[in-house]
Amino acid sequence: MQASGDAHKDPHPAHESAFIHNAEWLRGLGESSDVVISSRVRLARNISGFPFTPRASRIDRTQILEVCKRRILTIPTTNSTKPSSQFIWIDLHQVGREDRDLLVERQLISRQHARGKLSTGKGGLDEPRSVAVLIPDEHLSIMINEEDHIRLQTIRSGLALGACLAEANAFDDLIEAGMDYAYHPRFGYLTACPTNVGTGLRLSVMLHLPALKLTGELEKVRRAAQDMGLAVRGFYGEGSESPGEFYQISNQTTLGKSDDMLLHEMEREIIPKVVGYERHARRNLLTSRKQMLEDQAWRALGTLRHARLMKVEEAMELLSLVRLGVLTGILEGICTEQIHSLLLNIQPTHLQRTLGTVLTQQERRIARAQLIRTQLDTGSPSGSSS
Amino acid sequence: MLCECGLHEATIHEVIITNEKKKIERHLCEQCARKRGVSTNPYIPISQLISAASYIMGQAITSTNASPGVENDALSKPTEPRPAIETRTTSSACPGCGQSFTSFKEHGLLGCSGCYQIFEDRIGPMIERAHEGGCNHVGKIPKRALCECQDTSDPARINALLGDIRQREERLDALRQRLSKSIHDEEYEQAAILRDELSRLTSLASSQIEPTPASSSASSVQASSS
Repeated sequence: MQASGDAHKDPHPAHESAFIHNAEWLRGLGESSDVVISSRVRLARNISGFPFTPRASRIDRTQILEVCKRRILTIPTTNSTKPSSQFIWIDLHQVGREDRDLLVERQLISRQHARGKLSTGKGGLDEPRSVAVLIPDEHLSIMINEEDHIRLQTIRSGLALGACLAEANAFDDLIEAGMDYAYHPRFGYLTACPTNVGTGLRLSVMLHLPALKLTGELEKVRRAAQDMGLAVRGFYGEGSESPGEFYQISNQTTLGKSDDMLLHEMEREIIPKVVGYERHARRNLLTSRKQMLEDQAWRALGTLRHARLMKVEEAMELLSLVRLGVLTGILEGICTEQIHSLLLNIQPTHLQRTLGTVLTQQERRIARAQLIRTQLDTGSPSGSSS
Repeated sequence: MLCECGLHEATIHEVIITNEKKKIERHLCEQCARKRGVSTNPYIPISQLISAASYIMGQAITSTNASPGVENDALSKPTEPRPAIETRTTSSACPGCGQSFTSFKEHGLLGCSGCYQIFEDRIGPMIERAHEGGCNHVGKIPKRALCECQDTSDPARINALLGDIRQREERLDALRQRLSKSIHDEEYEQAAILRDELSRLTSLASSQIEPTPASSSASSVQASSS
């Protein structure tokens, strides 16, 4: 890819090289990718000798940033299969809101990290904090001075928690090679919040469960997951809504179970069960309520192909139904990667940055509708429907 | 808006930022975009979407160019816990960071590593409840720290990382019990993971036990008899 090769020399090469393949987690590939959008692994780590972020002074935070920056940016990232892989480092206290929002929409940082606010309500935009992103794939990012000094995450499409964990652990070892982590023989990796101690490991899977919603079984599955001690969150994590029935399921227990035990539970026991329920619901809809399913899918596609004003939530709901239509064989000629790509590019900041201009809410709705029409157009003249 | 060709509606809008930071806008129809080799896929990598001044590339820093104002030594060697934001401490506060247990109960966050030791008795049961009864860490141990321990055989470092002999034995016992239960419950995959964990910890524990009076005399007996 020309773009990734140029990335070494010039962060803003000419536009012709600006378009490359999607971020890995948007590709719609991998195990169980009919139901699982992406898998994510997060490790929470703290550097020994410094107070945890919520208690750290500004000087401490600045030093933590420097320690991490020197370590992370000197980690060898290239190999024979990824010759152009490298980190970029972004100081979030020094960038504008749009850049921070872009990173949130891209799932590279948490909303909390973008705002600089901790769960205690303390902090603010100027708190020293950063993120390192491995480009061009963007499947690994490291938040510095979030609730913990280091929060390393890997993200991949489909059910791939094992691959995510292996890569996260490898980078974790490379970082630890240059600094002492806060570690306790009984509590394991020490974290600011005791709910993360032990492995400091969170395994999350983003699932698309539209058929369970249509059959009215979603609440049951949601409650069952919560009863099993799992957290169920929306598209953008904690506190976010789930338009389009996109849900993130993750473990909450981190102490007393090793990485392998947690991985086995999530990847081989819990998630396959939920995937099975959704597939069963899809089959049921196809056999007993096919007309309704066809109507929902075609109606959604029709609206997306012809609407002139589109809100984010509505677009996500409709794209969710189109995705269901594609995966049940009702709709043809659209691939899931296209839908995933739209789910990202219709987000407010992506929409504006792609167009290179700041838009009002109404202008965004117009631009969003136009972007979707362009992407889902079958080749018929785009003006014929207006 | 019409495309530059003047025939079709422009649906691909691109903004080129030149090296002189000049912004050039182009509006093309899909056909013209394809002809010019512009992808109609609107995905743009983050490094080109985010403002140029917002980030630095990996190569911008090397291990030899320290950041200004920060001593090399301070970066390479972890330092002692330093006073946190609030230096006012009370008798029940953590001496490392000044955090009180009341403050922890309010916000649910601890101040530093030292808090785990100072408040261990009080937070232990809370942690156990939060982790479905899990009270001892099982799994990964910091890799480099562990290697260094094995190389130096410094008892203080070994204890800091693996716990003292009693703690190690307690953890091994707990694992053995869980392994038996898994086998009894016919959870064989879980049992296999537990067995691997147990053998890993057993080998670590046996290779790292520091010489206590009892064990050193035992080893000297063995040595003399061999």
